[in-house]
Amino acid sequence: MTFKFKWEWLPQLVRGLGLSLEVTAICVLIGIALGLLLAFGRLYGRRWLSWPCRIYIEFFRATPLLVQLLMVYYGFPSWGISLSPFVSGILAFGLNTAAYQAEYFRGAIQAVRPGQTLAARSLGMTLPQTVRYVILPQAVRLVIPPWSNELILMLKYSSILYMVTLPDIMGEAKKLAAKHFNSFDVYVVVALFYLALVLVVTLGLRAVEKRLHIPGLGAPGEHR
Amino acid sequence: MTELLRVEGIHKRYGKEEVLRGVSFRMERGETKVIIGPSGTGKSTLLRCINLLTFPDQGQVFLEGHEVTHHKANINHLRASMGFVFQDFNLFAHLTALSNVSIGLLKVKGMRKEQGRARALAELERVGLADKANAFPAQLSGGQQQRVSIARALAMDPKLILFDEPTSALDPELIGEVLSVMIELAKEGMTMLAVTHEMGFARSVADSIIFMESGVIAEEGTPQALFTSPKHPRTGQFLRKITELYGEMGG
Amino acid sequence: MLLRAFLINLEVLVALLGVGLVAGTLIAILQVYAGRLIGYLAFLFEWVFRAIPALILLLLFYFGPPRFGFDISPFLAATLALGFRSAAYQSQIFRGAIQAIPTGQMLAARSVGMSRARAVVTIILPQAFRLSIPGWSNEFSGVTKDTTLAYAVGLNEVLRAARVVMDRQYNLAMLAYLTVALLFLALTYAGNWGLGLLEKKTRIPGLEMKGIGGENR
Repeated sequence: MTFKFKWEWLPQLVRGLGLSLEVTAICVLIGIALGLLLAFGRLYGRRWLSWPCRIYIEFFRATPLLVQLLMVYYGFPSWGISLSPFVSGILAFGLNTAAYQAEYFRGAIQAVRPGQTLAARSLGMTLPQTVRYVILPQAVRLVIPPWSNELILMLKYSSILYMVTLPDIMGEAKKLAAKHFNSFDVYVVVALFYLALVLVVTLGLRAVEKRLHIPGLGAPGEHR
Repeated sequence: MTELLRVEGIHKRYGKEEVLRGVSFRMERGETKVIIGPSGTGKSTLLRCINLLTFPDQGQVFLEGHEVTHHKANINHLRASMGFVFQDFNLFAHLTALSNVSIGLLKVKGMRKEQGRARALAELERVGLADKANAFPAQLSGGQQQRVSIARALAMDPKLILFDEPTSALDPELIGEVLSVMIELAKEGMTMLAVTHEMGFARSVADSIIFMESGVIAEEGTPQALFTSPKHPRTGQFLRKITELYGEMGG
Repeated sequence: MLLRAFLINLEVLVALLGVGLVAGTLIAILQVYAGRLIGYLAFLFEWVFRAIPALILLLLFYFGPPRFGFDISPFLAATLALGFRSAAYQSQIFRGAIQAIPTGQMLAARSVGMSRARAVVTIILPQAFRLSIPGWSNEFSGVTKDTTLAYAVGLNEVLRAARVVMDRQYNLAMLAYLTVALLFLALTYAGNWGLGLLEKKTRIPGLEMKGIGGENR
């Protein structure tokens, strides 16, 4: 029952990890941009805008990410659009995280007390000014806890990308497992990688939150 | 003409309920007017109709002859010349006291940073809170927050300040500090329109008092007139009740 | 055909939720009432099962036993892996609920002569479960989606069926996956609706708590 670990596995796994991180970073950025648009569309848009946003958000939150990924990777080609694993991954993950982030942004914006807007308008600020100088600075601080959660979740779920043959850390792990006839041990190492990654990112986000903290401005009653 | 504010025929309905049923009055420059009345009679709504935080269904508001309610009016410009003090203070939670006071100057009036900060500091000093300039709202007591919000309104050099039950959300021992500031302002000649339950304040400082009930002005007159010989029966009733409840403040 | 395979997903779902429920409640109780050491172990369990991605847990549970000489079916691997993971999240929900119950409840139970264990079972848990319903429905909708991960260990579930459809008729791929997506949509809504009903039926005026979010895709 000895643990057959080989140091030479590491470089390959790390390379894969780099790709995992790259994909995660890109789709999180997509998620922020698209998520903000969806949140604004849902909150401030007229019916022809807010309804589609709502439907989009509901669909991408109620259906499994893996299904969405396979839809993009296998489904689109059957309609004539062929996408690489990399692009499929980014597209599927990006669309998915945008839906969740949209809800977090919406929640944060709505959590800014309406009195703040009233005070801003009564000073003579225009709506864009109100959003920029009063609502957003507060919403950003309020959204950090759920958003951090989202980031970590994306990191963990990036593990499924190997299913569309992306050579991320899991993809490399699979190759190693096949080569050495040893799935379990390889995956244990991968698990440890993820544990370390999650720890580092969690600590990093906590530091960011501390830095931005303003006394009295916190999300009501939570922090996982 | 020293008429500063004219309100004519304001009607406002929320759903089925008509909260304001035709309210009209005038205010002169330098006048301190207090609105009293039972809760839910639309007093706050009336104030918000004046600076258009709420849009009246009917009626007009004139500030120094300019029609505020006109569809082509520059609302932001007009709001900047009217100060509004909220019952819940509504200080910007993410800004220090100093920034709260200066933000209007910097972003709405376009003042330069140094100028704005200096003026803001001066206003904070005026309400007695210069030492709290770098505190965040959550670090201030209710009375202090309200004074900062008054400073915020004053910094904009308003022609008129609207007070919406400024002391109703305060603990009793903090009410005094806010009323002192308001009394000072009245003495200095600021035009003030206040909705309040503080009868002592009304009696000693107001130039005229409006008693509102059921969405209309039931009676209007000087403090003496209302307190000693009210014309409307309900006025007398209300004043007696409220003076019992809140106690008289020395004037 | 997709529907038949979907039933497998449902089976896994029920099984893993069962594991999660039992284990989760146990862990929550241990964390709140047992000693410091056990509490610490429970915390460790929680942390490991939450920080490791679900997929990897699945693979570990599937490839682990053979490594040590046991055989394990994809179904069992999925149930255990996802079940224990769910237990980690559920224990958080239950723990929050238990701690939200006023301490007076336990005091009252003890002063009537109940043993600690009895008090927990008859007084604390019923209240805790009611409070947990919102957070638990969150977990529910999260976990239903995770059953698709079993595809990776070869379970004959709905994604595998979709793949078969695709292998036979390539141009139906999108339609197949879309159908799968809609199946899950339906399941999620049905589940939320059912749980909402449960919450209404078991509601006790005055007993409420803010929900806790879930972490699944």
